[in-house]
Amino acid sequence: MSELRKISRREFMKRTGKAGGGLVFALTFATACQPDELTVGPAAKASSSVAPNVYVNIRNDGIVEIYCHRSEMGQGIRTSLPQVIADELEADWDKVEVIQAIGHEKYGDQNTDGSTSIRNHFDLLRNAGATARDMMIAAAATMWAVPADECVAREHAVHHEGSGKSAGYGELVETADGMPQPESATFKAREDYRYIGKPMDTIDGLAFTTGRAMYGTDTVLPNMLYASIERCPAVGGTVTSFDDAAARAVAGVVDVIRMPEPTSPPVFNIQGGIAVLASNSWSATEGRKALRIEWDRGVNGEHESVAYKEALIASASAPGTTALARGDADIDTHSQHEAVYYTPYLAQAPMEPPAATAIVNDDGSCEVWASTQDPQTARNTVAATLGIEKELVTMNVTLLGGGFGRKSKPDFIAEAAWLARETGRPVMVAWSREDDIRHGYFHSVAAQYFRAGMDADGTTQSWLQRSSFPSISSTFAPGVTGPSDNELSLGALDAPWNVPNMRIEACDAKAHLRIGWLRSVCNVFHAFGACSFVDELAHVKGVDPKQHLLEMIGPARKIDPADDDAKFANYGHDLAKHPVDTGRLSGVTEKVADMAGWGRELAEGHGLGIAVHRSFLSYVAAVAEVSVDEGGKLVVHELWLAIDAGTVVNPDRVHSQLEGAGIFGMSLAMHGELTTKNGAVVEGNFDSYPMIRMNESPAEIHTHIMESDAPPGGVGEPGVPPVAPAIVNAYFAAAGKRLRELPLRNAGLT
Amino acid sequence: MAIEFELNGESVSLDVDAAMPLLWAIRDVAGLTGTKYGCGKALCGSCTVHVDGQPMRSCVVPASVAEGAKVTTIEGLTEDGDHPVQVAWRELNVAQCGYCQSGQIMSAVALLERIPNPSDADIDEAMSGNICRCGTYTRIRKAIHRAAGEKS
Repeated sequence: MSELRKISRREFMKRTGKAGGGLVFALTFATACQPDELTVGPAAKASSSVAPNVYVNIRNDGIVEIYCHRSEMGQGIRTSLPQVIADELEADWDKVEVIQAIGHEKYGDQNTDGSTSIRNHFDLLRNAGATARDMMIAAAATMWAVPADECVAREHAVHHEGSGKSAGYGELVETADGMPQPESATFKAREDYRYIGKPMDTIDGLAFTTGRAMYGTDTVLPNMLYASIERCPAVGGTVTSFDDAAARAVAGVVDVIRMPEPTSPPVFNIQGGIAVLASNSWSATEGRKALRIEWDRGVNGEHESVAYKEALIASASAPGTTALARGDADIDTHSQHEAVYYTPYLAQAPMEPPAATAIVNDDGSCEVWASTQDPQTARNTVAATLGIEKELVTMNVTLLGGGFGRKSKPDFIAEAAWLARETGRPVMVAWSREDDIRHGYFHSVAAQYFRAGMDADGTTQSWLQRSSFPSISSTFAPGVTGPSDNELSLGALDAPWNVPNMRIEACDAKAHLRIGWLRSVCNVFHAFGACSFVDELAHVKGVDPKQHLLEMIGPARKIDPADDDAKFANYGHDLAKHPVDTGRLSGVTEKVADMAGWGRELAEGHGLGIAVHRSFLSYVAAVAEVSVDEGGKLVVHELWLAIDAGTVVNPDRVHSQLEGAGIFGMSLAMHGELTTKNGAVVEGNFDSYPMIRMNESPAEIHTHIMESDAPPGGVGEPGVPPVAPAIVNAYFAAAGKRLRELPLRNAGLT
Repeated sequence: MAIEFELNGESVSLDVDAAMPLLWAIRDVAGLTGTKYGCGKALCGSCTVHVDGQPMRSCVVPASVAEGAKVTTIEGLTEDGDHPVQVAWRELNVAQCGYCQSGQIMSAVALLERIPNPSDADIDEAMSGNICRCGTYTRIRKAIHRAAGEKS
């Protein structure tokens, strides 16, 4: 078939050398799929090792292996997670190797979703490091026959002050082997941190800049087939008939296979279609183009987004189910102001579309390499798809070329595993961009109605908010007719407004697409609506938007939505540990206004807009400076973002997440929209579903992290929600026109 | 048919359909996976490689175009990842997920070959074909300026 002279991967690696410059990194993924890769693991350079827990393995050559059980999709967790463990372990950073953990319940929660990696695991990771440190101390005390409390761990070694003895961690492995694994240990004091809170370089930096980083789509197995699947344009539709003669005639095509029928609700199951398998990606794609398929589009085959928009707005404009009630939101007031906001379906569109490779072995076991945010659910889904025990499934986690929630859903992984068994050969399923944009688990389209009542002096006395959108729950359960309390908990039920009368209602909306998580989830449209509407009120009252925003937030206090009969999920955390703290909201608001020079003289046609939102237990405020010309050219000149995320581990990655959130927020504000006709998503690639590009990027995105010793909040998502309302509010300041729908390109702005 | 060309300084002969996009010839046949698929329509730049020094979107360039040409992918840019652009990328921790960065770097290197000390407008012009969904543009811009400074 093909011949490549002289450059094999082995030779390439030989020529380019090992990773160098500190840590060994992503190459570890390739152990099974590329046997001529670097050998890694304890056997590589050491003859023995000891594992104080599942996250740490200390080798007798002194290298500390840290297992990263969370998925890396750009948030930098493969750097910040080992920072926490290495700090408590008193390990030297250049003697740490990071190994990506497989999907396994022994690691606890691995679902890399909801900005949880640090906020939910900070203490667990500290404990992993601290108990490993104590084990080294115990080993040294045993070796030297001295009390453990006379020994200290420092710089990758244990020291005994009295005798002056020291032993490196590698030297202690033999003694530590067989010693009990300590379950808990004292954590270091904050002022003693070596790595936590320090801006550490990304450990995968060399891999990222040399093409060596291995993603879901980069797995290569001997004899592998590349699959491309034509799926029904409408969710739940099925194949009526198909003709694959022309597809089979395409050079390189090996097989054409009808996929299992979709389920209702869809969950994470295979959604039917016809798969073309070939010896290379291109032949699979060409073969797929040659398929002739008749579809029964099924129950969602008439879904039209234009009509659906009107239905959603009508739903949000009428009373719904009360989810929060304080006082009487219907009281008579001196004046009232109302508005409806609308935001469309969105796709996550990670740069790497979903991709997974699987092999089913003769003994029925299955091994998978996948760009998955949730390796345990992926493993369970593969097991269920194949009808085997999960113990027979090995789920390797590659790097993710972006995730944004799409790769929490393992449908594409199930496809690869099922096809691998059907064909008896390794199979890669790599979705095309059109597959990704048309067949995803979409961010909900949403309509929101707001009404505020004001006193004669402009004080806001009442707040009514109605939210209507198809629920993520519909993906998992039948009969779901509208938003859940968990979804309203994402930026609605914790409304911080200091208003004595408030009601928040959930309004019906039936799902016709697979609905799923997208970065920041419902916070995106809840913050867009609420922060835009608060800005509207400022202009209605004729006061400065920033000052008004602070007045709406009111005095520093802690809010418990349960006081207003709301079932507020608080991102799974106790309000005692992670309160809804309006003082922190005001704090980031004041800070970002200072950073942006709020109130300064602006150039002609320019405007500043401000917004603030709490999500995933963190607080982010944003200011945008925009200008608009007569032709409708809207330029976002600069963005300012201030975050209070409590304790942060790697400030550089927090800054980068905020910068990225600025661009992500701009993409959905300016361009992002999916529409449907006859149940099918119309858009398909970056021409019809555009992203912000370099020429539209602000000249600067200024970011600030508030000093805090509060418990860690989320980082990956909280930056996104305030960006779109800040831009829309800035547009109002510049142009005097209120825009209540996204994306802004529909209003003629480019 | 066999297409013969120079891939990262080595002569290769790939037995592929002449119409197969160069991207798939490089990835699936030559086995170099550093060059990425992102759109298949020259809309995102993830697949950018150099053909005789010119940046090209390999997802839409037929493999036959490479016949007799010198093709450089991210793997062949340098042996040790020490091109000033790669170094600047690491110094500023540009990458988030990293997936688009092969293409970003190949576009940036081509820009600096053409304009050793580019303005922001030059960068906009040369880099706007490369989408980064993580949103690393402000760091990319700084890294290009830094690399330009180190080269000159």
